[in-house]
Amino acid sequence: MMQGIAASPGIAIGKVLVLADEAAEGKVCVHTDQQQAFQQALDASKTEIAALRAKVSSRSGDDTAAVFDAHLLMLEDPSLLEPISQAIEEGANAVAAVQGTSQALAAVFAQLDDEYMRERAADIKDICRRLIRHLTGSSAVNWEAITEPVVLIAHDLTPSDTAQLTPSIVCGFATESGGKTSHSAILARTMGIPAVVGSAGLLVRIQTGDLAILDGEAGVIIINPDNAQLTLYETKLRQYQEARRNMDVLRDLPAVTTDGYKIELAANIGLPRDVSTALANGAEGVGLYRTEFLFMNRDTMPTEEEQYAAYKAVVEEMGGRPVIIRTLDVGGDKQIDYLAMPKEANPFLGWRAVRMCLDRPDLFTIQLRALWRAGCHGKLLVMFPMISSLDEVRQAKRLLGLAKEELLAEGKQVAQSLSVGIMIEIPSAALIADQLAREVEFFSIGSNDLIQYTIGVDRMNEQIAHLYQPLHPGVLNLIAMVIDAAHRHGKWVGMCGEMAGDISCVPLLIGLGLDEFSMSAGSISLVKQRVRNLSGIQCRQLAEKCLVAGTAEEVGMLVGALP
Amino acid sequence: MIQAEVTLTNPSGLHARPAAQFAQTAGQFKTTVVKVVKDGREVDAKSVIGIMTLGAKQGTILTIQAEGPEEAEVVQTLVTIVENGFGERREA
Repeated sequence: MMQGIAASPGIAIGKVLVLADEAAEGKVCVHTDQQQAFQQALDASKTEIAALRAKVSSRSGDDTAAVFDAHLLMLEDPSLLEPISQAIEEGANAVAAVQGTSQALAAVFAQLDDEYMRERAADIKDICRRLIRHLTGSSAVNWEAITEPVVLIAHDLTPSDTAQLTPSIVCGFATESGGKTSHSAILARTMGIPAVVGSAGLLVRIQTGDLAILDGEAGVIIINPDNAQLTLYETKLRQYQEARRNMDVLRDLPAVTTDGYKIELAANIGLPRDVSTALANGAEGVGLYRTEFLFMNRDTMPTEEEQYAAYKAVVEEMGGRPVIIRTLDVGGDKQIDYLAMPKEANPFLGWRAVRMCLDRPDLFTIQLRALWRAGCHGKLLVMFPMISSLDEVRQAKRLLGLAKEELLAEGKQVAQSLSVGIMIEIPSAALIADQLAREVEFFSIGSNDLIQYTIGVDRMNEQIAHLYQPLHPGVLNLIAMVIDAAHRHGKWVGMCGEMAGDISCVPLLIGLGLDEFSMSAGSISLVKQRVRNLSGIQCRQLAEKCLVAGTAEEVGMLVGALP
Repeated sequence: MIQAEVTLTNPSGLHARPAAQFAQTAGQFKTTVVKVVKDGREVDAKSVIGIMTLGAKQGTILTIQAEGPEEAEVVQTLVTIVENGFGERREA
């Protein structure tokens, strides 16, 4: 059994196909005229790539095939050909000449600060490996001859290899190199092919024709399993496929009621790495990106560049889906040493969130600048937390505007505009929602704090925890006011507290007209399932009754009575 | 020698496709030596790999230098395709 990094979940059981790496195996070119051999390898590679391009284009479209156009151009590029010829001239074996040039060029690409451009190093390695294969007279994998899906094993997969990846030919793959975010790992997750990467020493232990079990969840490869292991994993495979079919069906379906009322389901995230989970669960956006995690567990403020990189990573990976980034929300239960926040008697009613940021424009501006810059890379929305008055919104917007002017004066690239919203979590804000709706594009109700401040109950205090009632008619009426006010001004309302992911509250919130529900990624499919079995009309009738109910208990009974 | 400065306007910068278009265009002027300079780093304008290693993004200022019989024409042609954003669709 071999251990690696779990890169793409699922189970694969199949015959092994090992992709050779001729240079790593120490093969050389035995031709008497090395320059001539190189020319021949070059011509053969070009012919091969042109054929591959045509094949991939007809199967997966021109966009996927475009990589091969780039490969053809690279094979005519003096920056590649000249150093190789020169090395051969100086007496190197053609294989070593190609390998040396490949490594030197790949190193240059690896230093670039653009993820996409860094990936081009893989293209260089790819064409060089192809050249080496021809130089050593090794044969290419004949994909057409594969009749049953194989478990692909390689040192790493080149773009040419991954272009061939289809679940009908490859049921899983494992590589010696790579990490969870390497190109092949991402592709495997996208295509739903189980994969294990970074399994050092794998190629020594395994060979073509072996039977292998690959567990992409545990990051394990079992070579030539015994009968007990085989039976165990065959069962696991069936269960996985079944669960996956159900999930898949649901993930791609919209969150729409039986009578066609559509809501948006988004995910709450804390770190850029949470995005993949959000997408895997079918999130239509990020409804709350808590930036405070970026500021925690460290000794100094994150720089503008660090913040920019984190925000950019999230909006890019969300690929045009909306990402609501909440500006720094610390204080209360979230203390940060280097910000030297004073000890307060009532931290939840104290110097926190936007209150602190407005007093410290120096550090707030750093975040606002990073947001403007990251806004170039996708759909970024800015949200200010702990708003209690109109003045705070105007001040925060003024600082946001100044940050943009600063950046433009410096000649930096910024988003053309950013949609601005606020959190509604303080009753005073809910009560002036009409006035606030004129200033912003959207509201997001922070239900946890709104409940706590409205009922005046600390939910961490066990003695009064029973008073913390999300279904308190007072809370519901405030929520209804906020939604109605926003809609009157043509603005939309989301919710990012725990209530939004609570399936017992969902019908009521739909009835109140909530537009977007943001929750932990794991809750999305449950909520979606619930939404898809509800009728919008029934939800509205329920909401009307709940708003005039006397107690949380009465509301609970009304909600519970809904089929 | 003739040289001109130009700012990259297309959203994706000198990614694979624009870099290829740039190199192929420069390559048509066989008798003229063409270079691209960014932040003091100089590459052969006829090399797609070289151009890509500049990692030039939207907003980057490039200097195009040419020396040879068609130097004026090649600089003019390259400046034009950069200014036209390589025909990439721009957001309104």
